[in-house]
Amino acid sequence: MRALTWHGKHDVRVDTVDDPEILNPRDAIIKITATAICGSDLHLYDGYIPTMQKGDILGHEFMGEVVETGSRSTLQRGQKVVVPFTIACGSCYHCGKHQYSACDNGNPAENQDIGRELYGQPMSGLFGYSHLTGGYAGGQAEYVRVPFSDVGPIVIPEHIEDEKVLFLSDILPTGWMAAENAEIEPGDTVAVWGCGPVGLFAVQSAFLLGASRVIAIDHFPRRLELAKRFGAETINFEESKTYEALMEMTGGIGPDAVIDAVGLEAHGFFVDNVIDQIKASTFMGTDRTHSIRQAIVACRKGGRVSMPAVYGGVVDKFPLGAFMEKGLTLKTGQTHVQHYMPALLNAIVEGKIDTTFLISHTLPLEQAPEGYKMFHDNQNEVTKVVLKPDLAVAAQ
Amino acid sequence: MATEVDPDGPQHDDAPVTTSKKFRSDRTLVAEAVTINRPSRELYDFWRDTANLAGFMENIASIEPIDEVRSRWTVKAPAGREVSWEAVITNEVPGEQITWQSAEGADVANSGRIEFRDAGARGTVVRAVIAYDPPAGLVGQLIAKLFQREPRIQTRRDLRRFKQLMETGEIATAARTKAQLEKDNG
Repeated sequence: MRALTWHGKHDVRVDTVDDPEILNPRDAIIKITATAICGSDLHLYDGYIPTMQKGDILGHEFMGEVVETGSRSTLQRGQKVVVPFTIACGSCYHCGKHQYSACDNGNPAENQDIGRELYGQPMSGLFGYSHLTGGYAGGQAEYVRVPFSDVGPIVIPEHIEDEKVLFLSDILPTGWMAAENAEIEPGDTVAVWGCGPVGLFAVQSAFLLGASRVIAIDHFPRRLELAKRFGAETINFEESKTYEALMEMTGGIGPDAVIDAVGLEAHGFFVDNVIDQIKASTFMGTDRTHSIRQAIVACRKGGRVSMPAVYGGVVDKFPLGAFMEKGLTLKTGQTHVQHYMPALLNAIVEGKIDTTFLISHTLPLEQAPEGYKMFHDNQNEVTKVVLKPDLAVAAQ
Repeated sequence: MATEVDPDGPQHDDAPVTTSKKFRSDRTLVAEAVTINRPSRELYDFWRDTANLAGFMENIASIEPIDEVRSRWTVKAPAGREVSWEAVITNEVPGEQITWQSAEGADVANSGRIEFRDAGARGTVVRAVIAYDPPAGLVGQLIAKLFQREPRIQTRRDLRRFKQLMETGEIATAARTKAQLEKDNG
């Protein structure tokens, strides 16, 4: 099959590799019909993520058609499914509590050591995101092997277009969970740092969860424009002073809840501190924390901080004093995708949530390297690149 | 100021003895615990059937039952070699624990205990305690290679695979093809 493979910094290629096979009873093989490049894929592209190996297949936002099933899969050939980026078993204690991204068993045993070393406990496996998260092949390919296919993939009604449901795999549930973690009450003002896909979905979700006002903060005009379309007020931090603006806009109170959706392009692991920690087990690395710092300082007393933004290491200059003195609450974590998919699929089918606005470019899988380059070079115009293996055939 | 630890003094806290800072580094004693979301009796019964163990233990080539309490363990060694010894179950409490010891003359004299403790709604806490004295000299070096990594890491990985097998019915792998899976399993 053809697949987008990683070869090094700014070097991804479409190669011919062996087709995946059913290896465990709960596996399924999915023929990909649509897959997206995530902001977090850019960090693999930029060479920031350790434990990548040449030839690794990327991609953790994907959907397609079931073509083969293991003996214990509950899927059937021909079904259309969207696959969550987190690999969860459905049987462990954490899955029982719907904390799917904390699944004990999704990550192969030999790949759990690093997570235990870094975080105290290993996390679940992820598709196409380095060997730190399992070393699973991703979905920017013609086919993918999906473990625990009886738990992860959600079956989509045949008549729904791919574009409408593809983002159930990651960014839509992530934006929704960010808003849910903000514990919004009627009348609340919510401020969202970062208008990438997750920030934009968080804006949409915050309104659906009852926020009166949402204030969106970014510096890309096109992205602020999209936030505005959903009813958000905007702050362009290159033009205005964010803290001062927020204070005036909220009558000196500060936002009731703040959402940091900036670091999330990283989806993980800033290389400097991960490598530092692996090498020396010293906790000397520093994540970039500007947005979370500003969010904490701006948040009203007794308010809530939601952090879908991903941080991988330790931080310096974290405003712990402001956090304690103001009595804030922080909720965060990798998304429990499987928990949110069914309700969000319903919201899409009923027309309450639209995700198609995000897609700025659609390319054949064969042109995936071009997609990476343009997403990397122009984040204002290129909001989302969708890859389709079938388009390649049509273009030839 | 740090308090001086008396290596021969009594223990004052409730921490497992295997986590004591007083342990001497010339002895190898590892303990690892994992919580498995299954009833203790089911886990015990699976473990007690010695033939099942090689299915999730990474370095084990084979375990052949000899009689009710004795079995022959064969471990993969570098350069296609193998080392084997006989293990004897010295004590067993159904549903709770199994204690074993290597028979006399084993290259790696070892002993251990696997405990199954009911953990209510969370299932069962499975704890393995393994002790062995790595022999010196050439054989010692071979043994070190045999176990490849820290015995603690090896034990932890084996328990994780046991957990995966019992909770999910399979052992997670990131391999894409059968050929890759075979290679990973050595």
